[in-house]
Amino acid sequence: MVSSIINRSLDDAERLNPTLNSFLSVEREHAAERLDVLSNTSGQLPLHGYPIAVKDNICTNGMRTSCASRILENYRAQYDATAIERLNAAGAVVIGKTNMDEFAMGSSNENSAFGTVKNPWDIERVPGGSSGGSAVAVASGVVRAALGSETGGSVRQPASLCGIVGLKPTYGRISRYGLVAFASSLDNIGIFGQTSADAAKVLSMIAGRDERDATSADVAVPDYESALNDEIKGKTLGVPRALFADGLDNDVRHAVEGTIDRLKEQGAEIVEIELPNARYGIAVYYIIATAEASSNLARYDGVRYGFRAEDADELRQMYFKTREEGFGSEVKRRIMLGTYVLSSGYYDAYYSKAQKVRALVKQDYQKALAKCDAIITPTSPTTAFRIGERSDDPLAMYLSDIYTVSANLAGVPAISVPCGLSSERLPIGLQFIGDFWSEGTLLNLANTVETIVPIEEKPAIFAE
Amino acid sequence: MDVRKIAKLAHLDITDAEVEMYTPQLSQIVGYVEQLNEIDTSDIEPMLGGLTAEGEKTDSIRDDVVLASLGQETALSEAPSAVSGHFQVPKVL
Repeated sequence: MVSSIINRSLDDAERLNPTLNSFLSVEREHAAERLDVLSNTSGQLPLHGYPIAVKDNICTNGMRTSCASRILENYRAQYDATAIERLNAAGAVVIGKTNMDEFAMGSSNENSAFGTVKNPWDIERVPGGSSGGSAVAVASGVVRAALGSETGGSVRQPASLCGIVGLKPTYGRISRYGLVAFASSLDNIGIFGQTSADAAKVLSMIAGRDERDATSADVAVPDYESALNDEIKGKTLGVPRALFADGLDNDVRHAVEGTIDRLKEQGAEIVEIELPNARYGIAVYYIIATAEASSNLARYDGVRYGFRAEDADELRQMYFKTREEGFGSEVKRRIMLGTYVLSSGYYDAYYSKAQKVRALVKQDYQKALAKCDAIITPTSPTTAFRIGERSDDPLAMYLSDIYTVSANLAGVPAISVPCGLSSERLPIGLQFIGDFWSEGTLLNLANTVETIVPIEEKPAIFAE
Repeated sequence: MDVRKIAKLAHLDITDAEVEMYTPQLSQIVGYVEQLNEIDTSDIEPMLGGLTAEGEKTDSIRDDVVLASLGQETALSEAPSAVSGHFQVPKVL
């Protein structure tokens, strides 16, 4: 029964939320309306009655869309994002909006204005970020799939830390219309799934050209799910050994190396590759992403929507106070960094330089992917860290994204798939990075890892 | 780095305590990103966005026809203050 599946998801979301804090709103009323619509729909839709959780920076008409920020705390979106429109048309039901780092800025979910999300494997640890709420909604068994967003690893890193699949598609694969902008040249909607089949199912429904996002590309959308066959014989996988270096946790290294050996046994050919400029990825990212954010977040001024500071008696003062009171400390840190790198006299030294190194990072991928079908790296250098452990050191937090940011800089697709548990019983993720439009290949590789390195253990907090 | 000046450019009314917190943090991050100066980029064209070749080729021009838009009532419905079909703001000095 469609309604019992949806009601079970809603109940689980509400029951687990006091422990995990992964949802900012559970949308019972909306779900009931959708069930009504579905019951009057003739025939079976591809995602008929499929429950889905959505990150709170993706617009859902009439529902809260706060970006986990005080400045949008009471904002209700006035339209649906294209991805939501397509999910609805396919029969899916949004059951709630998920917690996140404020405006998707963070790698631990500790930057939410509405409290930290807990990792269901160990509630004293972070789920990763910025899409931590969506990752936890899937990892805790509330839904099989969820939407997140990525600017530098915000789907793959929490997927890795929570033991699920996280896909960042090619830039232009999924329309960004209705995704609240952070850094427009890097932003993507991404998908979490309990398995790669779940992610494939959702991707097939939401990918494709949309006239309302000029950067969405007119490239045919295959049925990604039907292409999952675990056939990887003859596939060439590139390993950038130089990146398996300092700061990489031993358990993570072992799990990834072990999985590479297993993939070889399955008939994949392993080759060594080099990504010489990948180590500059974080530096390039924190210039380009903050520059674009400082510009995109200029729209929050207390005039058209969201929070307005009360005690201002003239316009400019109202802007200054609204933004000061409405934004949290990481968001202000990045707005200021972005303002600095774009400011008069510094533009060439920082922003223009970063754009040139970004071109080099992309060239690295083009060269490497000419020699292999996909690149393998760890997704995150460590497993889930403790809440509070890195929150006083922004730079240490930024380095959590060392393996993920460069795919966003290059625009190529990448996927994280669980490949083992650490000695502390925490999930470890492996990342495949592929050429433009190779989502099908990446999903199939991830599916193979699920088959050859299955993880039977469930998180400590799990619905059912 | 003059954090107060940057905050002013960004329209943020930051406090003394924030100036104290952000000054060393931002200097540390800027120090980190300056490692890019070790790379010779004199012959490199800057990469402006994330578009793929297929994305570049995609025609972004749509037919010039009127489509439904939000409408005034909806557009104003989330405003902190709206009156007679306008957004209302404090006086502009």
